[in-house]
Amino acid sequence: MNKWSKRLAELSGLLLALVFVIPVLWVVLSSFKSGYEIFAWPPTFLPENPNLGNYVQALKKSNFGLYFANSFYVSTLSTMLTLVINSMAGYALAKFSFRGNRLIFFSFIATLMIPLQVILVPIFLVVKSLGLYNSLWGVIIPPAATPTGVFLVRQYMITIPDEIMESARMDGASEWKIFWIVMMPLAKPVLTALTIFSFMWRWNDFLWPFIVIGTQRKYTIQVAIANFVGQFSVDWNSLLAISVLAMVPMLIVFLIFQRHFMKGIALSGLKM
Amino acid sequence: MSDRKRLLTPYLFVLPNVLIFLIFVVFPAIYGLVLSFTKWDVISDPVFVGLKNYISIFSSESFWDTTRKTFIYVFAVVPWTFVTSLALALLLDMKIRLRSVMRALFYIPSMLSAVVIGVSWRWILGDNFGVINYLLERAGFKSVGWLTTPSWAMFVVILVRVWARAGYYMVIFLAGLQSISSVYYEAARIDGASVWQQFWQITLPLLKPTSLVVVVLTGIEAFKVFDLIVVMTTGGPGKATTFLVQDIYRWAFERGDLGYASAMSVVLLLILGLLTAVQFGIAERGGNAYE
Repeated sequence: MNKWSKRLAELSGLLLALVFVIPVLWVVLSSFKSGYEIFAWPPTFLPENPNLGNYVQALKKSNFGLYFANSFYVSTLSTMLTLVINSMAGYALAKFSFRGNRLIFFSFIATLMIPLQVILVPIFLVVKSLGLYNSLWGVIIPPAATPTGVFLVRQYMITIPDEIMESARMDGASEWKIFWIVMMPLAKPVLTALTIFSFMWRWNDFLWPFIVIGTQRKYTIQVAIANFVGQFSVDWNSLLAISVLAMVPMLIVFLIFQRHFMKGIALSGLKM
Repeated sequence: MSDRKRLLTPYLFVLPNVLIFLIFVVFPAIYGLVLSFTKWDVISDPVFVGLKNYISIFSSESFWDTTRKTFIYVFAVVPWTFVTSLALALLLDMKIRLRSVMRALFYIPSMLSAVVIGVSWRWILGDNFGVINYLLERAGFKSVGWLTTPSWAMFVVILVRVWARAGYYMVIFLAGLQSISSVYYEAARIDGASVWQQFWQITLPLLKPTSLVVVVLTGIEAFKVFDLIVVMTTGGPGKATTFLVQDIYRWAFERGDLGYASAMSVVLLLILGLLTAVQFGIAERGGNAYE
């Protein structure tokens, strides 16, 4: 490729990057504008005097602090549960040959074809009859058994040599110990990717909490925002501030773990 | 350790995951199928009505209208996302400067929740406070009711979807591109193939498995769309952007007709399964043409 076409590619890349970033940036900038400036016509690009007024107002006026706490609670616990049960299943499917191994594996993958959206009604009834309706546990437990997670862990653990397990067995370690103390540390790369993904899925999730949660005090941040938008007159100052706050954890996680993201997507997308 | 115990070990390890699947996926799926043959308003007991729900669904004009709109949405989102994410991936696959920064920036919208994205675009596209309409007026055009005119609303929910997901599929395409051996390109260059020819003759055919994954995933994702629409348009104006999942939600939770909503869910599931099968079928047959 010659130099000029390379420069052209770089230029168009940068322009495209702006298309992807400017909308987000515009929301962030708007959130730091004061009450009237936000609706100023012509709009200002940078806030005239950037301040946290919208943030303070939003957190004071409504329960958004609580909604954030709920989201953190749900995302953290659900991610922990995902890590434990997905890696247990992935480990068994990768390292044991047993009757039903393939059947279970393919059934897991097949459940990807039954998204929550097509079982809304029965899920609601099941959750309700188990006493999980309007309980944060109803948001934590059901989505924790991710097929993608089982798949990723299985594919990774297949590559770990059997000898490692065998020698631990010779040393008299229990099966649980082998899994927990020998295999889990070896699977750290895939577990890191799964942690990040799971946290993101749960943090960004709308439908599960929307179906399971009925009272405001248990709203997660996504449900709270959606509910806030639905109101007759939208308080844009608060809404933008809260939306930016809801973005922050994801942006931080992304900045720190970018590589894991890219690797994880490539793995889960290609092999499935 | 006894052999018996050893045999049991793997089952115990898969048990928690299997249990959750059985309770929250498999059982509800069957339960939903059963409910679809009943009339149930939650208050009284469900009554078996045979195929009545299905008959009224298929003879309902509003169902066909919603289905038609859903298909329009899906058949716009899939190719747009495909082309956009492939273009981004091809761009990054050239060894240009700042590519890792660009990759991160392209990916940012994929990190954000549908709810936050919906709010952001509502803010940007607002009729009389949105920055886009301001820019249009500045440039001498009339402002547009992006979310209040039916056809524009459809256009916008499609566009925002593509914007939100392109970065994710770009990463999948990038991995696919990087797995193509450079030997092919070198050989093609020696034979004097143009960049354009290389793309059509080498890149695209060898990218077929990846392309299939992207088409299937974007298709399923688009069919399931719910949250983005709830926040951006709540299905409006009128019913201009009401798609199947939203209609199911309304029948179940607003009108309380659980049987009818379940039957609609089964229809949606069948559509999803059928389309996936068709896509894989096409890919299989197309595969022979290349080889």
